[in-house]
Amino acid sequence: MTDPTPALSARRPSRRLGRQGLVQLLLLALLLALPVAADLTGHPYYVTLASRLTLIAMAAVGLNLALGYGGMISFGHAAYFGLGGYVAGIGAFHAFDMTPFLGGIPGSDNLLVLWPIAMLACGLLALAIGAVSLRTSGVYFIMITLAFAQMVYYFANSWPTYGGQDGLPIYLRNQLPGLDTQEPLTFFLICFVGLVLAMALTSRLMGSRFGAALTMARLNDTRLATAGISPTPIRLVAFVISAMITGLAGALYADLNGFVSPSMLSWHLSGELMVIVILGGVGRLYGPLVGAALFIGMETLLGGLTEYWQLFLGLTLLGVVLFARQGVMGWLAGREPHA
Amino acid sequence: MSATLLLEQLINGLQLGTMLFLMASGLTLVFGVMGLINLAHGAFYMVGAYLTAAVTAASGSFLLGLAAGLSGAAAVGAVVELVVIRRLYHRPHLDQVLATFALILIFSEGTRWLFGSSPLWLNTPEWLAGHVPLPGGARYPLYRLVIIGVGIAVAVGLWWLITRTRLGMRVRAGESDREMIGALGIDISRLYTAVFALGAGLAGLAGALVGALQSVQVGMGEPVLILAFVVIVIGGIGSIKGALLGAVLVGVVDTLGRVFLPLAFRAVLPPAEATDVGAALASMLIYILMAVILAFKPRGLFAAHD
Repeated sequence: MTDPTPALSARRPSRRLGRQGLVQLLLLALLLALPVAADLTGHPYYVTLASRLTLIAMAAVGLNLALGYGGMISFGHAAYFGLGGYVAGIGAFHAFDMTPFLGGIPGSDNLLVLWPIAMLACGLLALAIGAVSLRTSGVYFIMITLAFAQMVYYFANSWPTYGGQDGLPIYLRNQLPGLDTQEPLTFFLICFVGLVLAMALTSRLMGSRFGAALTMARLNDTRLATAGISPTPIRLVAFVISAMITGLAGALYADLNGFVSPSMLSWHLSGELMVIVILGGVGRLYGPLVGAALFIGMETLLGGLTEYWQLFLGLTLLGVVLFARQGVMGWLAGREPHA
Repeated sequence: MSATLLLEQLINGLQLGTMLFLMASGLTLVFGVMGLINLAHGAFYMVGAYLTAAVTAASGSFLLGLAAGLSGAAAVGAVVELVVIRRLYHRPHLDQVLATFALILIFSEGTRWLFGSSPLWLNTPEWLAGHVPLPGGARYPLYRLVIIGVGIAVAVGLWWLITRTRLGMRVRAGESDREMIGALGIDISRLYTAVFALGAGLAGLAGALVGALQSVQVGMGEPVLILAFVVIVIGGIGSIKGALLGAVLVGVVDTLGRVFLPLAFRAVLPPAEATDVGAALASMLIYILMAVILAFKPRGLFAAHD
């Protein structure tokens, strides 16, 4: 067995666990072990906190596909997060009220029904928004995705059937056959599986022909077009999948909180998701998880000390953007092996 | 009622439009000249409103407050440009978005720290509190007309500044070729600071004027900022003419939509539902307008360059 040339080894991920693989394994193990330990020692608050972290990370995994891998700077991913949440909330609302939705469709509190609907709804919304927004690029794209998300936000605000500004409570967490979703640890494990699946999907996608095309669309779309692949459909598909992942996270998030309101659609949330992706490291599989952990950690620790913790979040973010462009994942795990 | 109501709402729309123009002109100038997308523009609007409210309360003079709001916002803008913004000109848009998002957090929380969470109140000065009769018998608040007047004055002033002065010549040169004007011996960094401070001052003026109509509170700049984004996307980023046209368009369409859509739906739906559907649709109207315009002109009505 001869050593492969450096060029080849850079292309093929080696079977050995590198520094990055080690860090990644450790992160997942920590995320799984801490809530289990908290549950065993009787601290359900920390289990719920971990569920929140997991879902925020999952939403950011969705955004990372568009922003990090696809180079599409979407400033409107809260629209999908919130829409997913509203699907969970509206389903529960009609199931609880025994009233039909839009004239004929019965409500449901079965997650196996609600999740696909949430993803489908987000996919369709992203298809419409993406089709218009991807006609443009650069600053226009940033502002247009932001504006469309605001449109959804104002719509939810002024539509009184589902609570308008006050939001919509979910009195009983939606059900999954055979599991007790009210149990904090069970619900955390559902979220954890969701996050792992989202990351596995991202990894598979980016390892495929489609992923190569998406990367090329980000780096040099003229070259991609020369190779006979039109960049816009590739981008649009990535944008839609990205929105679907974020939407599923939103549906779970609404169930976690037992509440959905327009604040899940607000542009602050879009900004925070971007911040999480950047803090963790753009276009890195585990970046969103690290970013979410950092964000939730700061919120919990600093938020306990001062009411004005977002001031320090702002200063940290400014520091990271101006001086540390690799993100925390770059600092923990070094450069991406095939950057 | 219809003709008077229409006229009244048209003026309301124009007033919103002039406000948006004050915000959008700064945003579009900064993008046109420096290529920077600035989310923190709404922070200067807030700074202007807070300074005006505080100085008016302390001195009792609205004009003094207004001067403080305008110049204070411009000064804060200049400092922010010197400390943070100038490091961002050569960065990708993503970095600019994040750094200016960070600035929003810093300004919002900082203001909350200094002034507390409860809103400040700024009253319309007495000499502007009257009403003006409109044709048709209705009366219209004088202060709102004054805002429109200020907006028109600023638009004319900007036009003069950009087309008739040396500074304006440099700004236009900067828009078409940044490197060349540096090579011609013009101190670009001073020009950039000046343009940024000008934009911040205009945003501060807008905040100060609107502060007397609404409450002065943390986060007040954000809804206006997003509307200003819609305005410059419609008008074409970098174009002052586009900003003016877009601002008036957005102001009038938004205001008329909110009033007349619920009324229009009453023809086909029961009143309660008509109000709900109309209001929901009206809140989306300008975004739909934006989407339609972009479908035909992806770079806005008056794209400045490339």
